Amino acid sequence: MKKFFEAIVRGVLTCSGFVTSLVILLIIGFLFTEGAGLFNEPMVEEGYVLALNKENDVSSLTAEQIKAVFDEDIVNWKEIGGRDMPITTFRLEDVERYFTVEELGSEYEHVGMCIASLIARSPGMIAFVPQSMLPADAEVRYIDDSTISLSEVFAGTEWFPTATPAPLFGIVPLLAGTLWVSLFAILFALPFGLSVAVYMSEVASERMRSVLKPVIELLNGIPSVVYGFFGLIVIVPLLQQGFNLPVGESGLAGSIVLAIMALPTMITVAEDAMRSCPRSLREASLALGATRWQTICKVVIPSSMSGITSGIVLGIGRAVGETMAVLMVTGNAAIIPTSIVEPLRTIPATIAAELGEAPAGGAHYQALFLLGVILFFITLVINMSVEYISSRNKYKLR
Amino acid sequence: MKIEVKDIDFYYGSFHALKNISMGIEQNKVVAFIGPSGCGKSTFLRLFNRMNDLIPDTRLTGQILIDGKDVYAPKVEVDVLRKEIGMVFQRPNPFPMSIFENVAYGLRVNGVKDKVFIAQRVEETLRGAALWDEVKDKLKASAYALSGGQQQRLCIARAMAVSPSVLLMDEPASALDPISTAKVEELIRELRKELTIIIVTHNMQQAARVSDKTAFFYMGEMVEYDDTKVIFTHPRKTETQNYITGRFG
Repeated sequence: MKKFFEAIVRGVLTCSGFVTSLVILLIIGFLFTEGAGLFNEPMVEEGYVLALNKENDVSSLTAEQIKAVFDEDIVNWKEIGGRDMPITTFRLEDVERYFTVEELGSEYEHVGMCIASLIARSPGMIAFVPQSMLPADAEVRYIDDSTISLSEVFAGTEWFPTATPAPLFGIVPLLAGTLWVSLFAILFALPFGLSVAVYMSEVASERMRSVLKPVIELLNGIPSVVYGFFGLIVIVPLLQQGFNLPVGESGLAGSIVLAIMALPTMITVAEDAMRSCPRSLREASLALGATRWQTICKVVIPSSMSGITSGIVLGIGRAVGETMAVLMVTGNAAIIPTSIVEPLRTIPATIAAELGEAPAGGAHYQALFLLGVILFFITLVINMSVEYISSRNKYKLR
Repeated sequence: MKIEVKDIDFYYGSFHALKNISMGIEQNKVVAFIGPSGCGKSTFLRLFNRMNDLIPDTRLTGQILIDGKDVYAPKVEVDVLRKEIGMVFQRPNPFPMSIFENVAYGLRVNGVKDKVFIAQRVEETLRGAALWDEVKDKLKASAYALSGGQQQRLCIARAMAVSPSVLLMDEPASALDPISTAKVEELIRELRKELTIIIVTHNMQQAARVSDKTAFFYMGEMVEYDDTKVIFTHPRKTETQNYITGRFG
């Protein structure tokens, strides 16, 4: 009977471990397949083509060039490798400017013929139309149907996921925003976090500590949306007035909120590390005539350095992955930040803000999953460096 | 007299740990404190360099004079006092630093900046601790790479580097094997030429081998204090007799 129960318990434990690992693997696999799918997506929206006059010898364009053409930032073909002639853009909704209703037919049955002839007679025209609409024998050239390339995504400096005809998925501004905010968050949190950790482990009386420690740990449990709300109604207006900014929502606001959020982890981990410094080492130092502060600076802190670093890196991890609070206070402009007091946008905030409006399975949707994969890698690297730092200590303690 | 102890009473909270102890210790002598566990000998040792200050809720009455100066006088700076009175602990406790830095630590925290002097002093004390030949090629290596016995001798060298006039040793060989113990004892006999040593030990043979005088402690009282020879051959008190003959303890 006893054996039977033990077998059941063992089975349940094995199962739960197995199921958990499987679920995690499935999530990661899902993330990766969805994210990688982006690179199979056509550059131009599915089912649409870019048609040119037969005389035009431009055959391929990058997504950025297409966007610039349709935004009329590029107005001559010679700028993108063609002959010297002005560019006219054509979208389906322009059709009534060129043709009367009679010409198009009452049910628009002639629209394909009309557009084909329009392209044929205007040498500088580029038309963004559904492929099925143009007759198969139309006298036009098509821009090569290429897929979204790695370099466009990883080196792209523009994030316009809903631009037509060609959306831009350059992740550089988002990556830069994430790293920028995290960097400043750590710069703010580090001096405070370390001072509080030293205070709590070395200076504070036992009674002070017993009050302070639960309070700081409590800060860890506050939902991030509350921090975001606090940032929005307190920090943002303060920054707007203090720095005389057009908008207070900025990277600075984000990094201040993140710094506050990263503090509890940083403090508790660093403080635990310092307190675990053996009493015998402190005594040895004091017995040599070192003062209390010399002992803290030269023995306690160096010997708990790996723990302190883990605390800092865990704090960074929190800052990098944080979504809600950052979304609320950073202004969400997907531009490469040049200063900390301008709006910027982080990867998690982008995913949270855009996933709801991205059609499932589309390029935009997959691009957001790719962002998820990148975030996953960033946090993976952070966690691995924690492992590495904690395992590495030049003069290892027993 | 190098050290004079007058009417010491010491309390941990309400526990009366040391009861009315008075003794004198001459310069360049080795004095051993023996007694069963919990008899107060380590507590007593830690009074000389005020290590018990670190323990909250303790109380002391009486006086300890070293070179005629009261250790517990209000104007005494504890870090200056501790530089004068070195200490070696029960378990080897080198810092998580290189061998060189371990020995140089005491000099550095006491404001010595002269690199040549530090290097010279490190070599001197490592030679003094009979460790130089074993570590001279790996001064930059971690102190934890040494064996337990080497670590303990490193700790002795570390304590000696700041040139104390008194060395307190709290069971310095209790965590070591017999060969390392013999080396530490040899070292103690050498060091006696330079300074006054107080050693707490559980090991009566050790006390007999290294010390000039021995004090026997029991239940917070100093039962007997005399020349080591007398204590181990003709003790006057029956408790001492019983302890050294192994009838209890």
